[in-house]
Amino acid sequence: MMDKYYITHLRELESEAVYILREVAAQFENPALLFSGGKDSIVLGWLSRKAFFPSKIPYPLMHVDTGHNFDETIEYRDEFVKTINARLIVASVQESIDKGRVAEEHGKHASRNALQTTTLLDALEEHKFDCAIGGARRDEEKARAKERFFSHRDEFGQWDPKNQRPELWNIFNGKKNMGEHFRVFPLSNWTEMDVWQYIAIENIPIPSIYFSHKRKVIERDGLLLAFSPYLNLDEDEQIEERIVRCRTVGDMTCTGVWESKAESIEDIIQEVAATRVTERGGRVDDKRSETAMEDRKVKGYF
Amino acid sequence: MTTKNSYLDMELLRFTTAGSVDDGKSTLIGRLLFDSKSIFEDQLDAVKKSSEKKGLVDVDLALLTDGLKSEREQGITIDVAYRYFATPKRKFIIADTPGHIQYTRNMVTGASTANLALILVDARQGVIEQTKRHSYIASLLKIPHLVLCVNKMDLVDYSEEVYEQIVADFKGFVAKMDIKDVRYVPISALNGDNVVTRSKNMDWYNGSTLLHLLENIYIASDYNHLDPRLPVQYVLRPQKIEGFHDYRGFSGRIGSGIFRVGEDVTILPSGFSSKIKSIYAYDKLVEEAFPPMSVAIELEDDLDIGRGDMIVKPNNQPQVTQDIDCMLCWFSDRPMQLGGKYALRHSTAEVRTMVKEVVYKMDINNLVRDEDDRDVKMNDICRVKLRTTKPLFIDDYKKNRFTGSLVLIDEATNNTVAAGMIH
Ligand SMILES: Nc1nc2c(ncn2[C@@H]2O[C@H](COP(=O)(O)OP(=O)(O)O)[C@@H](O)[C@H]2O)c(=O)[nH]1
Repeated sequence: MMDKYYITHLRELESEAVYILREVAAQFENPALLFSGGKDSIVLGWLSRKAFFPSKIPYPLMHVDTGHNFDETIEYRDEFVKTINARLIVASVQESIDKGRVAEEHGKHASRNALQTTTLLDALEEHKFDCAIGGARRDEEKARAKERFFSHRDEFGQWDPKNQRPELWNIFNGKKNMGEHFRVFPLSNWTEMDVWQYIAIENIPIPSIYFSHKRKVIERDGLLLAFSPYLNLDEDEQIEERIVRCRTVGDMTCTGVWESKAESIEDIIQEVAATRVTERGGRVDDKRSETAMEDRKVKGYF
Repeated sequence: MTTKNSYLDMELLRFTTAGSVDDGKSTLIGRLLFDSKSIFEDQLDAVKKSSEKKGLVDVDLALLTDGLKSEREQGITIDVAYRYFATPKRKFIIADTPGHIQYTRNMVTGASTANLALILVDARQGVIEQTKRHSYIASLLKIPHLVLCVNKMDLVDYSEEVYEQIVADFKGFVAKMDIKDVRYVPISALNGDNVVTRSKNMDWYNGSTLLHLLENIYIASDYNHLDPRLPVQYVLRPQKIEGFHDYRGFSGRIGSGIFRVGEDVTILPSGFSSKIKSIYAYDKLVEEAFPPMSVAIELEDDLDIGRGDMIVKPNNQPQVTQDIDCMLCWFSDRPMQLGGKYALRHSTAEVRTMVKEVVYKMDINNLVRDEDDRDVKMNDICRVKLRTTKPLFIDDYKKNRFTGSLVLIDEATNNTVAAGMIH
């Protein structure tokens, strides 16, 4: 067969993700896309527009808002939603706190990351969503290497690693009972590098905090954290200014930043190629224990 | 590592790994990830710590590929885990399947999307029953390429004779199977001989290193380009969007064959015919579509078409039938019920089905048919006859992995309980 009948690895990953998104639209009654403002969920939004072109995306984007955001993220979010012509729903962790559903953490390591789980599960129930599309990738963390594209959650939103459905060929089984739902991960087979390369070839606009900028930071446990009013400082912790960029974007209290001069996507790609630490290595919440991610997943975290 | 812009022209290769316990599969994968610089410092640190905790002197590369906590505690892997690495030429997806008791269902799962099967043997043991079972599954699932890695060559003094004997044994055995392309590489996963770098200890070996092979094996023809099949996945009807008032796009992923604008097509099951008016690859018009592209096809005529229908060519049609003859691999701890009813998924269609007959069970230890024992339990492979409530549009799995495959779903639990390859 002639060589022109092949597509590159990025186009194959794109085609696979679009296939999954269309399966979601076909198999579920009321799906939603979890949008964090991070690059993975941006790519998911972008792919969603492509998957259903010229129609509108048949599901809303849902942002679980910890209230601890980089300003740039919210600005970007509202602009991006317009670009891809999507509907946005915001589920607020602050509201969960106000309603007494969760209690704010205290102390130096206080973060709203763990609280998101309750807000998310409450929002899924309130809106009767039966499927939440997420941007998780299998290369991110050991516990995710065995995650399925279609991940079944019981009526408590929990994941049972022992009881996952086998996935073969391109057949995905989204059957469920009342009250249960699915998490679906179209980017399962993408690596961090694939995501950046795809952003480059598609020219997808991304939040400015991914690029190098001057920022107030503190150093903690060998990581740089963006300084913000939400961060509880120790007495001996110093605020300094450094030239940094974010490698992931999440709750401000636990997203590490990174000394970098990367000013363009190509710079970032070169940097990722040369980098010797996984992006999750920059997230404080994963450092709590070696199996931290798996423990949180079982409870219903993204 | 990726050099500038090489990613604009990289291919994707999916492979599955199999071997019996302790053949060195985890070490080999760890080695590929490590030597291709796909391991990050923090991952390596974690593994170093774990190695120390276990009282090991050297870093145990095998720990890099360990998955879930429960398994880590038991020291076994019980599920398919996916790993990723890339070189400037290709991106690789490894479906890592364990060699334990549940290996059949896991390997079948991993094999279903693989271009290539990598099977390990221990040079001291040569071809054993497990090797034969793994090769059988590779051939059952029609993985186009197979690489036999003869590992632990360091423990047999890098002996050419030992290697040649194993190759000869395997050739004799694999000749009876339906595998298109078989390659052999002598390696030491532990020391890295012939994995990424050429071994100085085996100058008698003139072939490629394992990585070179993985980077260069020709995969563009692994897809079927001959029999055009588009299972309709989702219908796009924008209506209120400017310029697309009457647009109806039948979206899906091309299963096989090539579709071009202007060509005649037939729609199954209705049998109506029409012409392709346009093909959208997302937001761009294209002239032709081939696997594995996701596209939306617009037709000249206004036909009633929905999910589960199939767009094909008038002169090249799949079989339309309610009677399915297939090989089945059983996944569930609930045994198969003869006469039992299941939901059946085939491409984008779903129907109900009844198991009418178990023709034989495969004794996969001896690779012979067993016509006496017809109780189908977890990890069993058998030939069955199914009857469906509605016709399916099927091809022989040998010719078409996408229209030749199906899964069964238990309607009580919603679990996927079996995978089928159609005859
Ligand atoms: N001498 C030698 N030992 C090896 C080689 N490959 C793996 N091993 C050892 O064999 C044992 C089993 O390896 P492992 O990768 O855990 O096997 P798996 O069960 O197939 O994943 C470990 O002690 C490895 O260090 C090799 O090429 N040479």
